[in-house]
Amino acid sequence: MRDFEYEAPTSLGGALAVLSKGTAKTMAGGTDLIDQVRMGRHAPDVIVDIKKIPELNVLQHDASGLRLGAAVPCYKIYGHCGIVSDYSALADSCRIIGGIQIQSRASVGGNMCNAGPAADSTPAVIALGGVCVIAGPKGTRELPAEAFCVGPGKNALQPDELLVEIKFPARAAHSGSHYRRFIPRNEMDIAVVGVAASVVLDDSGQKFVSARIALGAVAPTPLLAQAASESLAGQPVNESSIAKAAELARSIAKPIDDMRGTAEYRVHLVGVLTQRVITAAVARARGENIGHAH
Amino acid sequence: MTTAPKPKYKVIGTRPIRHDGADKVTGRAKYGADIKLSGMLYAAMLRSPHAHANIKKIDTSKAEKLPGVRAVVTSKDIPEQGDRIVELGEGAVNMRHLASNVLAREKVNYRGHAVAAVAADNIHIAEEACKLIEVEYEVLAPVMDVIEAMKPGALVINPDVKDENGKPTNVAKTFCFEKGDVAKGFAAADVVIEKEFRTATVHQGYIEPHNATVHWNNDGKVTVWMSTQGTFSARQQTAELHRIPISDVKVIPMEIGGGFGGKISVYLPPVAAALSKKTGKPVKLVMDRAAVFEATGPTPGSVMKVKIGAKKDGSLVAGEAWVAFEAGGYPGSPIGMGCMCVFACYDIPNAKVDGFDVCVNRPRTNAYRAPGSTQVAFAVESIIDEICEKLKLDPIEFRLKNGSQEGTRRVDGPVFPRIGMKETVQAIKDSDHWRQPLNGKNRGRGVATGFWFNCGLKSAASATVNPDGTVSLLEGSTDIGGSRTAIAMQLAETLGIKAEEVKPSVVDTDSVGYTDVTGGSRVTFATGIAAIEAGKDIINQLKERAAIIWECDAGQVRYEDGSVHGPKGVSLTFKQLADKLHHTGGAVIGRGTSSEATQGGAFGTHAVDVEVDPETGKVTILRYTVAQDAGTAIHPSYVEGQFTGGAVQGIGWALNEEYWYDTNGTMRNSTYLDYRIPTCYDLPKIETIIVEVPDPQHPFGVRGVGEVPIVPPPAAIANAIHQAIGVRMTELPMSPPRVMKAILSK
Repeated sequence: MRDFEYEAPTSLGGALAVLSKGTAKTMAGGTDLIDQVRMGRHAPDVIVDIKKIPELNVLQHDASGLRLGAAVPCYKIYGHCGIVSDYSALADSCRIIGGIQIQSRASVGGNMCNAGPAADSTPAVIALGGVCVIAGPKGTRELPAEAFCVGPGKNALQPDELLVEIKFPARAAHSGSHYRRFIPRNEMDIAVVGVAASVVLDDSGQKFVSARIALGAVAPTPLLAQAASESLAGQPVNESSIAKAAELARSIAKPIDDMRGTAEYRVHLVGVLTQRVITAAVARARGENIGHAH
Repeated sequence: MTTAPKPKYKVIGTRPIRHDGADKVTGRAKYGADIKLSGMLYAAMLRSPHAHANIKKIDTSKAEKLPGVRAVVTSKDIPEQGDRIVELGEGAVNMRHLASNVLAREKVNYRGHAVAAVAADNIHIAEEACKLIEVEYEVLAPVMDVIEAMKPGALVINPDVKDENGKPTNVAKTFCFEKGDVAKGFAAADVVIEKEFRTATVHQGYIEPHNATVHWNNDGKVTVWMSTQGTFSARQQTAELHRIPISDVKVIPMEIGGGFGGKISVYLPPVAAALSKKTGKPVKLVMDRAAVFEATGPTPGSVMKVKIGAKKDGSLVAGEAWVAFEAGGYPGSPIGMGCMCVFACYDIPNAKVDGFDVCVNRPRTNAYRAPGSTQVAFAVESIIDEICEKLKLDPIEFRLKNGSQEGTRRVDGPVFPRIGMKETVQAIKDSDHWRQPLNGKNRGRGVATGFWFNCGLKSAASATVNPDGTVSLLEGSTDIGGSRTAIAMQLAETLGIKAEEVKPSVVDTDSVGYTDVTGGSRVTFATGIAAIEAGKDIINQLKERAAIIWECDAGQVRYEDGSVHGPKGVSLTFKQLADKLHHTGGAVIGRGTSSEATQGGAFGTHAVDVEVDPETGKVTILRYTVAQDAGTAIHPSYVEGQFTGGAVQGIGWALNEEYWYDTNGTMRNSTYLDYRIPTCYDLPKIETIIVEVPDPQHPFGVRGVGEVPIVPPPAAIANAIHQAIGVRMTELPMSPPRVMKAILSK
């Protein structure tokens, strides 16, 4: 492993100053980065630890929505009652990323910046309408979560920019969300396919008002399944509307064959998981407790 | 479950705390990578990025110039071996192939093949120096598939491997076993099932990576610290490769973090030795996980065509098998053993087996728990299940009717002595598991039986009586599954003392007599016999000592229940007499060996309940029971541990484990993240039933237990999947994509 410098700025300005020199790598929990440096995939001159910056540790939930600092570790997310009840899909995903040690370090911001196609939290963030707040030398800009990842391992940040936080809108009435992945084992695996859905029902709980469905591990980046999501608006909650959404979700999946599954199998799974996830999100929207299975 | 009344043992059958327990649970036990010596250098290996290539040139000059680098070695630093075949305890080895596997000579035959090594002041310098070694390769097309490799005109991997006409070939060895008249047998059959099966390359998956620290001293004496299944085998391989006398090499065994057959071949000691020879300093070389997967010995993937015929009444009449195993980059898969195991569970009057050892551009394969038997059991036990289905016969009754027993002749010739195959089937039939109905959708129950020979080979032990009445036992079998305690218990039983009063140590090759590898489920059996012999030797000497004290003839002294008894009712306990040894002639040292004894074979029958998700193809194991003949269980907890561990590895092999290669012959899942051994979340508690049909060849009736339990799981699970959802899986692993595909094409 090549030697590198380590910086741990305590202010946003300090971090941006280090990043402006180029060739630095940003580190939150480091659970992806350290391994990648060890394996030789990156050889940075500087590693910038951003865990000591207050803006990146914001965790604020109120009537206007949720602000989630980019360095907030998973365990704080699934341990937060407001997130568990109002942003369930996000809690679902954080609960299954790695084991306890990883969850104590790894953050959703880091998961998004690593831009892995199979990242568990990204589909949940997309389905919940997350918006990325990015700081750079010219000020702050915002980007919808679905536009943040641009390729395997590539995100929309410039080398001198930093993901500060992710903002979520307030939970709508009669809404619910869920994230689920398929893995061959029951632990210690990367998603073969991951699906998140957030649905809003009408007062009767029998009709979809709107929905957002997002897919992981079936394309170079996590995807917002736009047509599938829109197909549910105004439809009754039943097997056929859900099956139609699942079919539309399948149609945008462009997976590859690899050691985690064949392309054919992944497309099949998108259909199965989309139905299961929408059904679970509907149950939550109706106030049912579905627990949190792996 | 015991089949015969057992003698009243005091120690055997109890569950004392293992002698190495405190060190293991507190982390104080020293494993291979824990060794640190003063002046020690750290080494790193440069490995081939190609699956198949000729080496045109290796230039190490830039690496040698990097500050902190002390030596660089290539195959030039391992002497030429010529055409030598050397017997290495558990099989003969072509030394040229072994040498080329340790450091590639003209060719690299698989990705990860060792090409050069660097010793430096620290591991980071050594790794950076590896990147400075320039290797010019002529890349060749990788030959990855057994069937492709066997085709005439296939690119030949080893030019020195030739067929009977002297033509280079990838088929390194062929076997043929036959008994009876197969054509006549099939003509008499009412049902014949014939199928092709495939199994993937799988790794033993031990936690501890391979390691070696070697010091080549100025006097030419070489010391090796390593974790290995066989110190004497490692000594011989290292000495032979460097063409020095075996007595110049001393191997010191460190604790071993799993082996399962994969830590018999040497990979690192000869290389570390070459680096140490060049530098005069101790050199430490440890593999990372990717190297363990890519460059040690997984067990072969296979292609098998099996055909079995039976009559309406359920009697088996004929069997035929065509079995091809991946040898890997060099010859030497366990194809011979696979061929002997194919039909070993059944009394089939007419049978024929053809076997092929086929070189492919994968790492050279090695033993893995009952090597060869799991693959063939998957094929045969699946077909047996289908025959039962076709004939509407109960699979348990079918096995009780056709199962092997004393007197059954195997297809390869030997006749079984007293064995417990049917007893294990009966134990499953009587189990709570089998008697409970299985309810629920997409659920199924399967059963399968497996066989392993178990071997005897050579062991030695010595034991010294201490003045406080304890005994220090020295043995040479590195302890993988609790054998230290199982051997100590046999010595304690012989002497009539407590297990805790024996202090067992696994010692180096200069400190104990020749002992073969910890493999073949032989240690509790054979090293146990050596310890019993050492115990008897002690008893004879103690009688003489007592005779001195009592001034009588040694013939007048009896040894019973841990005491010596002399004329007129005099007696001394073992402890009392131990305290008097210094005044009656000094130390009492018993010695024992085992070389003639051989085992009768062992069987296990497994039952499993599964549930299949019909939408994803994922298989969940709901309940699992192992019944196996242990002969006599010395330490039942370790017997149960072996049953459980073997079954779990078999479940992994069945469901998700496989070497996943891309088109360049690069393994893409060489991590435990993507090479999916089962986690504790994927398994129920494995229920175990110890069947005891004592093996008459061992004084206490021991049968080895380590290997059989990996054999039945894939077949048992395949049979359960069939019952659950009506598809017959013929390829391992039965991973979710594969099961789903079978469901969709039903």
